[in-house]
Amino acid sequence: MSDRHPLFKPLIFVGGIVFGFGLGFSHMARPEVVLNFLQFEDLGLPFVMFGAAIVSGIAFAVMPRLLDRAPLTGDPYERRLKPFDRNVLVGGAVFGVGWGLSGICPGAAYASLGVGNVTILWALAGMFVGAYAQGYWRSRSQARDTAATGTD
Amino acid sequence: MVTDPVLLQATADLFPNGISRYAVGGLLVGLGTVLIYIGTGIPAGASTFLESTLSYVSDQYRFQQYVGSRDWRLVFTAGIILGGLAFAATFQSGLVTSPLYQPGTTGQLYDIGGVTLWITDVQPWRLFVGGILVGIGTRIGKGCTSGHGVCGVGSASKTSLVGVLTFLTVAIGTAQVVAALGVSP
Repeated sequence: MSDRHPLFKPLIFVGGIVFGFGLGFSHMARPEVVLNFLQFEDLGLPFVMFGAAIVSGIAFAVMPRLLDRAPLTGDPYERRLKPFDRNVLVGGAVFGVGWGLSGICPGAAYASLGVGNVTILWALAGMFVGAYAQGYWRSRSQARDTAATGTD
Repeated sequence: MVTDPVLLQATADLFPNGISRYAVGGLLVGLGTVLIYIGTGIPAGASTFLESTLSYVSDQYRFQQYVGSRDWRLVFTAGIILGGLAFAATFQSGLVTSPLYQPGTTGQLYDIGGVTLWITDVQPWRLFVGGILVGIGTRIGKGCTSGHGVCGVGSASKTSLVGVLTFLTVAIGTAQVVAALGVSP
Protein backbone atom coordinates (compact mmCIF):
# COMPACT_ATOMS: atom_id res chain seq x y z
CA MET A 1 0.00 0.00 0.00
CA SER A 2 2.86 2.40 0.76
CA ASP A 3 4.36 2.02 -2.72
CA ARG A 4 1.29 3.37 -4.46
CA HIS A 5 1.80 5.58 -7.49
CA PRO A 6 1.96 9.30 -6.54
CA LEU A 7 -0.94 10.02 -8.87
CA PHE A 8 -3.21 7.37 -7.29
CA LYS A 9 -4.96 9.64 -4.79
CA PRO A 10 -5.04 12.72 -7.04
CA LEU A 11 -6.83 10.66 -9.71
CA ILE A 12 -9.33 9.28 -7.17
CA PHE A 13 -9.92 12.88 -6.05
CA VAL A 14 -10.52 14.19 -9.58
CA GLY A 15 -12.78 11.21 -10.35
CA GLY A 16 -14.74 11.97 -7.18
CA ILE A 17 -15.14 15.63 -8.17
CA VAL A 18 -16.55 14.71 -11.61
CA PHE A 19 -18.78 12.07 -9.97
CA GLY A 20 -20.08 14.57 -7.37
CA PHE A 21 -20.58 17.32 -9.97
CA GLY A 22 -22.70 14.85 -11.96
CA LEU A 23 -24.81 14.04 -8.90
CA GLY A 24 -25.36 17.79 -8.37
CA PHE A 25 -26.15 18.50 -12.04
CA SER A 26 -28.62 15.61 -12.23
CA HIS A 27 -30.32 16.78 -8.99
CA MET A 28 -29.78 13.33 -7.43
CA ALA A 29 -28.25 15.27 -4.52
CA ARG A 30 -31.80 16.55 -3.86
CA PRO A 31 -33.95 13.99 -1.98
CA GLU A 32 -37.12 15.65 -3.34
CA VAL A 33 -36.16 14.78 -6.91
CA VAL A 34 -35.51 11.12 -6.04
CA LEU A 35 -38.84 10.97 -4.16
CA ASN A 36 -40.59 12.55 -7.17
CA PHE A 37 -39.25 9.71 -9.31
CA LEU A 38 -40.33 7.03 -6.83
CA GLN A 39 -43.83 8.61 -6.79
CA PHE A 40 -43.86 8.65 -10.64
CA GLU A 41 -43.99 12.45 -10.83
CA ASP A 42 -40.71 12.88 -12.73
CA LEU A 43 -39.22 9.85 -14.46
CA GLY A 44 -35.76 11.30 -15.07
CA LEU A 45 -33.78 9.21 -12.55
CA PRO A 46 -33.19 6.11 -14.74
CA PHE A 47 -31.38 8.35 -17.24
CA VAL A 48 -28.84 9.08 -14.51
CA MET A 49 -28.32 5.51 -13.30
CA PHE A 50 -28.37 3.81 -16.67
CA GLY A 51 -26.51 6.66 -18.38
CA ALA A 52 -23.72 6.23 -15.86
CA ALA A 53 -23.90 2.42 -16.13
CA ILE A 54 -23.56 2.55 -19.93
CA VAL A 55 -20.52 4.86 -19.78
CA SER A 56 -18.91 2.63 -17.14
CA GLY A 57 -19.88 -0.52 -19.02
CA ILE A 58 -18.03 0.68 -22.12
CA ALA A 59 -14.85 1.21 -20.07
CA PHE A 60 -15.26 -2.16 -18.30
CA ALA A 61 -15.54 -3.87 -21.69
CA VAL A 62 -12.83 -1.94 -23.55
CA MET A 63 -10.03 -1.43 -21.01
CA PRO A 64 -9.09 -5.12 -20.54
CA ARG A 65 -8.53 -5.32 -24.32
CA LEU A 66 -6.36 -2.20 -24.42
CA LEU A 67 -4.10 -2.74 -21.42
CA ASP A 68 -3.01 -5.69 -19.30
CA ARG A 69 -2.80 -3.72 -16.09
CA ALA A 70 -3.99 -0.41 -14.68
CA PRO A 71 -1.06 2.07 -14.81
CA LEU A 72 -1.40 3.44 -11.25
CA THR A 73 -1.90 0.16 -9.36
CA GLY A 74 -0.64 -2.62 -11.60
CA ASP A 75 -3.95 -4.38 -11.01
CA PRO A 76 -5.70 -6.23 -13.84
CA TYR A 77 -8.92 -4.71 -15.21
CA GLU A 78 -11.85 -6.66 -13.87
CA ARG A 79 -15.58 -6.20 -13.90
CA ARG A 80 -17.57 -5.72 -10.69
CA LEU A 81 -18.98 -9.19 -10.16
CA LYS A 82 -20.18 -10.21 -6.71
CA PRO A 83 -21.53 -13.62 -5.71
CA PHE A 84 -25.29 -13.87 -5.37
CA ASP A 85 -26.86 -15.00 -2.12
CA ARG A 86 -29.90 -14.24 0.03
CA ASN A 87 -28.14 -11.16 1.47
CA VAL A 88 -28.44 -9.37 -1.88
CA LEU A 89 -32.25 -9.61 -1.61
CA VAL A 90 -32.48 -8.91 2.15
CA GLY A 91 -30.01 -6.02 2.05
CA GLY A 92 -31.53 -4.67 -1.16
CA ALA A 93 -34.99 -4.66 0.42
CA VAL A 94 -33.76 -2.89 3.59
CA PHE A 95 -31.90 -0.34 1.44
CA GLY A 96 -35.07 0.08 -0.64
CA VAL A 97 -37.18 0.97 2.40
CA GLY A 98 -34.53 3.47 3.53
CA TRP A 99 -34.13 5.00 0.06
CA GLY A 100 -37.90 5.22 -0.40
CA LEU A 101 -38.35 6.90 2.99
CA SER A 102 -35.47 9.39 2.71
CA GLY A 103 -34.87 9.85 -1.03
CA ILE A 104 -31.11 9.69 -0.51
CA CYS A 105 -28.36 7.12 -1.12
CA PRO A 106 -24.72 7.27 0.05
CA GLY A 107 -22.99 8.92 -2.95
CA ALA A 108 -25.81 11.42 -3.41
CA ALA A 109 -25.67 12.24 0.32
CA TYR A 110 -21.97 13.22 0.07
CA ALA A 111 -22.74 15.41 -2.98
CA SER A 112 -25.78 16.85 -1.18
CA LEU A 113 -23.52 18.13 1.58
CA GLY A 114 -21.45 19.80 -1.15
CA VAL A 115 -24.42 21.65 -2.67
CA GLY A 116 -25.08 23.16 0.77
CA ASN A 117 -27.65 20.77 2.20
CA VAL A 118 -26.56 20.68 5.85
CA THR A 119 -29.81 18.91 6.79
CA ILE A 120 -28.40 15.83 5.00
CA LEU A 121 -26.09 15.34 8.01
CA TRP A 122 -29.10 13.59 9.57
CA ALA A 123 -29.01 11.03 6.77
CA LEU A 124 -25.23 10.67 6.95
CA ALA A 125 -25.41 10.16 10.72
CA GLY A 126 -28.10 7.54 10.15
CA MET A 127 -25.98 5.76 7.52
CA PHE A 128 -23.02 5.52 9.90
CA VAL A 129 -25.28 4.25 12.69
CA GLY A 130 -26.78 1.64 10.34
CA ALA A 131 -23.41 0.56 8.92
CA TYR A 132 -22.01 0.31 12.45
CA ALA A 133 -24.99 -1.71 13.72
CA GLN A 134 -24.76 -4.33 10.95
CA GLY A 135 -20.95 -4.47 11.17
CA TYR A 136 -21.03 -4.93 14.94
CA TRP A 137 -23.67 -7.64 14.71
CA ARG A 138 -22.03 -9.47 11.80
CA SER A 139 -18.53 -9.30 13.33
CA ARG A 140 -19.91 -10.87 16.52
CA SER A 141 -21.88 -13.60 14.77
CA GLN A 142 -18.83 -14.39 12.64
CA ALA A 143 -16.61 -14.66 15.75
CA ARG A 144 -19.24 -16.93 17.34
CA ASP A 145 -19.41 -19.18 14.25
CA THR A 146 -15.61 -19.44 14.11
CA ALA A 147 -15.48 -20.31 17.82
CA ALA A 148 -18.23 -22.91 17.40
CA THR A 149 -16.55 -24.70 14.50
CA GLY A 150 -13.19 -24.74 16.31
CA THR A 151 -9.88 -24.13 14.62
CA ASP A 152 -10.39 -22.35 11.31
CA MET B 1 -38.51 15.48 -33.66
CA VAL B 2 -41.73 14.47 -31.94
CA THR B 3 -44.55 16.75 -33.10
CA ASP B 4 -47.68 14.85 -32.08
CA PRO B 5 -49.31 17.15 -29.46
CA VAL B 6 -50.71 14.27 -27.37
CA LEU B 7 -47.29 12.62 -27.20
CA LEU B 8 -45.63 15.96 -26.41
CA GLN B 9 -48.05 16.54 -23.53
CA ALA B 10 -47.46 13.03 -22.18
CA THR B 11 -43.69 13.57 -22.31
CA ALA B 12 -44.04 16.91 -20.51
CA ASP B 13 -46.10 15.22 -17.79
CA LEU B 14 -43.65 12.39 -17.26
CA PHE B 15 -40.56 14.60 -17.52
CA PRO B 16 -41.52 18.02 -16.09
CA ASN B 17 -37.81 18.94 -15.89
CA GLY B 18 -36.84 17.43 -19.25
CA ILE B 19 -34.32 14.63 -19.50
CA SER B 20 -31.10 16.46 -20.39
CA ARG B 21 -30.02 17.32 -16.84
CA TYR B 22 -30.49 13.68 -15.88
CA ALA B 23 -28.72 12.27 -18.92
CA VAL B 24 -25.81 14.74 -18.74
CA GLY B 25 -25.47 14.24 -14.97
CA GLY B 26 -25.48 10.48 -15.47
CA LEU B 27 -22.75 10.73 -18.12
CA LEU B 28 -20.63 12.73 -15.66
CA VAL B 29 -21.19 10.21 -12.86
CA GLY B 30 -20.11 7.53 -15.33
CA LEU B 31 -17.12 9.60 -16.44
CA GLY B 32 -15.94 9.99 -12.82
CA THR B 33 -16.20 6.23 -12.36
CA VAL B 34 -14.34 5.62 -15.63
CA LEU B 35 -11.48 8.01 -14.80
CA ILE B 36 -10.81 6.07 -11.60
CA TYR B 37 -11.22 2.71 -13.34
CA ILE B 38 -8.82 3.53 -16.19
CA GLY B 39 -6.09 4.63 -13.80
CA THR B 40 -6.53 2.09 -11.04
CA GLY B 41 -8.70 -0.79 -12.25
CA ILE B 42 -11.04 -0.12 -9.30
CA PRO B 43 -14.81 -0.06 -9.98
CA ALA B 44 -15.53 2.31 -7.08
CA GLY B 45 -18.83 2.40 -5.18
CA ALA B 46 -19.81 5.01 -2.62
CA SER B 47 -21.22 3.02 0.30
CA THR B 48 -18.13 1.01 1.36
CA PHE B 49 -16.83 4.38 2.63
CA LEU B 50 -19.24 4.04 5.57
CA GLU B 51 -17.60 0.83 6.81
CA SER B 52 -14.03 1.66 5.79
CA THR B 53 -14.22 4.96 7.72
CA LEU B 54 -15.59 3.15 10.79
CA SER B 55 -12.33 1.14 10.80
CA TYR B 56 -10.62 4.29 12.16
CA VAL B 57 -12.70 4.08 15.34
CA SER B 58 -13.69 0.41 15.72
CA ASP B 59 -11.69 -2.81 15.88
CA GLN B 60 -14.57 -4.95 14.63
CA TYR B 61 -13.49 -7.38 11.91
CA ARG B 62 -16.19 -6.16 9.51
CA PHE B 63 -14.62 -2.69 9.40
CA GLN B 64 -10.98 -3.72 9.73
CA GLN B 65 -11.21 -5.70 6.47
CA TYR B 66 -11.35 -2.31 4.68
CA VAL B 67 -8.23 -0.82 6.30
CA GLY B 68 -6.33 -1.14 3.00
CA SER B 69 -8.79 1.05 1.09
CA ARG B 70 -9.97 3.44 3.78
CA ASP B 71 -7.59 6.27 2.86
CA TRP B 72 -8.53 6.47 -0.82
CA ARG B 73 -12.22 6.02 -0.03
CA LEU B 74 -11.95 9.11 2.18
CA VAL B 75 -10.33 10.96 -0.76
CA PHE B 76 -13.11 9.74 -3.11
CA THR B 77 -15.81 11.03 -0.74
CA ALA B 78 -14.01 14.37 -0.27
CA GLY B 79 -13.96 14.65 -4.07
CA ILE B 80 -17.69 13.94 -4.31
CA ILE B 81 -18.45 16.66 -1.72
CA LEU B 82 -16.21 19.14 -3.55
CA GLY B 83 -17.84 18.18 -6.88
CA GLY B 84 -21.23 19.02 -5.37
CA LEU B 85 -19.83 22.37 -4.23
CA ALA B 86 -18.37 23.03 -7.71
CA PHE B 87 -21.85 22.43 -9.15
CA ALA B 88 -23.33 24.81 -6.56
CA ALA B 89 -20.79 27.52 -7.42
CA THR B 90 -21.52 27.28 -11.16
CA PHE B 91 -24.91 26.04 -12.38
CA GLN B 92 -26.79 26.28 -9.07
CA SER B 93 -25.56 29.87 -8.62
CA GLY B 94 -26.57 30.76 -12.19
CA LEU B 95 -22.96 31.71 -13.00
CA VAL B 96 -23.01 29.16 -15.79
CA THR B 97 -26.18 28.37 -17.71
CA SER B 98 -26.94 25.82 -20.39
CA PRO B 99 -30.05 24.74 -22.29
CA LEU B 100 -29.16 21.26 -21.01
CA TYR B 101 -29.68 22.35 -17.39
CA GLN B 102 -33.14 22.85 -15.81
CA PRO B 103 -32.87 24.51 -12.34
CA GLY B 104 -36.13 23.07 -10.91
CA THR B 105 -38.10 24.31 -7.90
CA THR B 106 -37.44 21.84 -5.06
CA GLY B 107 -36.18 22.81 -1.60
CA GLN B 108 -34.82 26.22 -0.54
CA LEU B 109 -31.96 28.27 -1.94
CA TYR B 110 -29.73 30.41 0.26
CA ASP B 111 -26.64 32.46 -0.35
CA ILE B 112 -23.20 32.44 1.30
CA GLY B 113 -20.44 34.60 -0.14
CA GLY B 114 -22.01 34.79 -3.59
CA VAL B 115 -22.47 31.02 -3.87
CA THR B 116 -26.08 29.85 -4.09
CA LEU B 117 -26.50 26.85 -1.82
CA TRP B 118 -29.48 24.55 -1.50
CA ILE B 119 -31.23 22.91 1.42
CA THR B 120 -33.88 20.21 1.48
CA ASP B 121 -37.45 20.48 2.76
CA VAL B 122 -37.58 16.74 3.51
CA GLN B 123 -38.07 16.23 7.24
CA PRO B 124 -34.99 15.29 9.31
CA TRP B 125 -36.63 12.19 10.84
CA ARG B 126 -37.16 10.73 7.35
CA LEU B 127 -33.51 11.39 6.49
CA PHE B 128 -32.24 9.91 9.76
CA VAL B 129 -34.44 6.79 9.90
CA GLY B 130 -34.05 6.26 6.15
CA GLY B 131 -30.30 6.77 6.52
CA ILE B 132 -30.08 4.03 9.17
CA LEU B 133 -31.83 1.58 6.84
CA VAL B 134 -29.62 2.68 3.91
CA GLY B 135 -26.55 2.06 6.08
CA ILE B 136 -27.70 -1.42 7.08
CA GLY B 137 -29.13 -2.42 3.69
CA THR B 138 -26.33 -1.28 1.38
CA ARG B 139 -23.74 -3.10 3.45
CA ILE B 140 -25.69 -6.35 3.84
CA GLY B 141 -26.82 -6.18 0.19
CA LYS B 142 -23.22 -5.72 -1.09
CA GLY B 143 -23.76 -2.37 -2.74
CA CYS B 144 -25.72 0.81 -3.33
CA THR B 145 -26.92 2.84 -6.31
CA SER B 146 -23.33 3.43 -7.47
CA GLY B 147 -21.81 0.04 -6.60
CA HIS B 148 -24.68 -2.10 -7.91
CA GLY B 149 -26.53 0.46 -10.03
CA VAL B 150 -23.59 1.95 -11.95
CA CYS B 151 -20.57 -0.37 -11.64
CA GLY B 152 -22.49 -3.65 -11.25
CA VAL B 153 -25.02 -2.98 -14.00
CA GLY B 154 -22.17 -1.68 -16.18
CA SER B 155 -20.46 -5.03 -15.57
CA ALA B 156 -23.66 -6.86 -16.60
CA SER B 157 -23.51 -8.57 -13.19
CA LYS B 158 -26.62 -10.67 -12.54
CA THR B 159 -26.17 -10.15 -8.79
CA SER B 160 -26.25 -6.37 -9.28
CA LEU B 161 -29.21 -6.48 -11.68
CA VAL B 162 -31.19 -8.44 -9.09
CA GLY B 163 -29.99 -6.07 -6.35
CA VAL B 164 -31.07 -2.97 -8.34
CA LEU B 165 -34.44 -4.51 -9.21
CA THR B 166 -34.97 -5.33 -5.51
CA PHE B 167 -34.14 -1.93 -4.05
CA LEU B 168 -35.87 -0.02 -6.85
CA THR B 169 -39.12 -1.96 -6.45
CA VAL B 170 -39.12 -1.75 -2.65
CA ALA B 171 -38.21 1.97 -2.74
CA ILE B 172 -41.09 2.74 -5.13
CA GLY B 173 -43.51 0.84 -2.87
CA THR B 174 -42.19 2.57 0.25
CA ALA B 175 -42.33 6.08 -1.23
CA GLN B 176 -45.87 5.50 -2.50
CA VAL B 177 -47.05 4.25 0.92
CA VAL B 178 -45.33 7.11 2.77
CA ALA B 179 -46.94 9.64 0.38
CA ALA B 180 -50.35 7.94 0.72
CA LEU B 181 -50.06 8.26 4.50
CA GLY B 182 -49.87 12.00 3.96
CA VAL B 183 -46.21 12.47 4.95
CA SER B 184 -44.88 15.48 3.04
CA PRO B 185 -42.31 16.65 2.39
